Amino acid sequence: MNLANYVALSAVLFTIGACTVLVRRNAIIVFLGIEMMLNSANLALVTFARMHGDLTGQVVAFFVMVVAAAEVVIGLAIIVAIYRTRRSASVDDVNLLKS
Amino acid sequence: MTPALQPGGAVTGPLVAALAETGRTSTGEAVLFWTVGTVMVVAALGLLLSRRTVYAAMSVVVVMISLAVLYVAQEAPFLGVVQVVVYTGAVMILFLFVLMLVGVDPSDSLTETIKGQRPIALLLGLGLGGTLVAVALTAADIRSVGLAEANADSNPVGVARIIFGDFALGLQAVAILLITAAVGAIVFTHRERLTRRMGQRERQEARMRSGAHPVNLPAPGVYAGTNAMDVPALGPDGRPLEHSVPRVLRIRGQRRSPAEVHMDPSRYAGDHHLRGSGDQGVQAAGEVLGPPGAGSTPPGRDVAGAGDEEPIR
Repeated sequence: MNLANYVALSAVLFTIGACTVLVRRNAIIVFLGIEMMLNSANLALVTFARMHGDLTGQVVAFFVMVVAAAEVVIGLAIIVAIYRTRRSASVDDVNLLKS
Repeated sequence: MTPALQPGGAVTGPLVAALAETGRTSTGEAVLFWTVGTVMVVAALGLLLSRRTVYAAMSVVVVMISLAVLYVAQEAPFLGVVQVVVYTGAVMILFLFVLMLVGVDPSDSLTETIKGQRPIALLLGLGLGGTLVAVALTAADIRSVGLAEANADSNPVGVARIIFGDFALGLQAVAILLITAAVGAIVFTHRERLTRRMGQRERQEARMRSGAHPVNLPAPGVYAGTNAMDVPALGPDGRPLEHSVPRVLRIRGQRRSPAEVHMDPSRYAGDHHLRGSGDQGVQAAGEVLGPPGAGSTPPGRDVAGAGDEEPIR
């Protein structure tokens, strides 16, 4: 088995995450799709580290995880704040600036 | 370092040996990849297609744990452990917590707000996925070196050398980022108090100011010669105290007058609990005691009427 299969798997996961962001209406599910895109990028980074025999790829994946954790905190806080004022978690209902 | 302190060492050992020379993985790793990869893709499709939000979150948990398995198989046991601890342990719990806070809405709206959005998204997704997979599978010279040399001092030690060496400045920046994120979350979810806090003292002062009854209401039936709940108490001057009867009984018209109880000796014969069905007796009792609504019942409300029920708090 070639290591390129790992990269292909990560591409498939990234695509599914991107489709989730495009299609779904619930803000939390959209956010889960973003998380899955970040995770698939991590899988690619770990595979690249193994290809090149250099641990820097794993370190970058580690930093991606840390940044993703911070991003989850802020994103969920925004969702909760919007839910408090609008009573909805749908991305379609956040249209205050429209007209 | 003792073998017990090397997580995944027993797993990655044979794989490293299998990878080192040829650049191709062992058969065992191929079986693992295809099994876990299938599970991952199915779970990811579960995120995309499931109607219920909790199912979607559980699908993502499956994807993340499978990713941890693949990390360990790819000679990154440290990242595998971090994946389980940070993602499935902290991030997904946070997601589920917010999910329960926002409320599990089983009916995610399936109406298309943008016309033709789903076919276009499907097309774009297929295009993106096809392109990326084709690039990955046809890339020339994917020759694997393997991490046997880099992982010589165990994987966590090798990763730590790079984190605290080349990426020392990035580590500081990430620390600042995490603190900023924590403060930002607090600021986002902080609610400014618009009114003064209502403590016990403020409540009592407001009650006295509004002229409400300052102390407990008198208990029904205390001076009325009976201790029934539906008979008002008599004050020191001998007049019945309307507000001593519970509000529910007054609204439902099930209040009796003390005169009714005292005048009719047959009430004491033991059948007084049978009279709850007749409203006429209650109406008559109300006339004896004065106009309906004389107590704390709001004026304009039909005391005996069962029409509009006031919500009982």
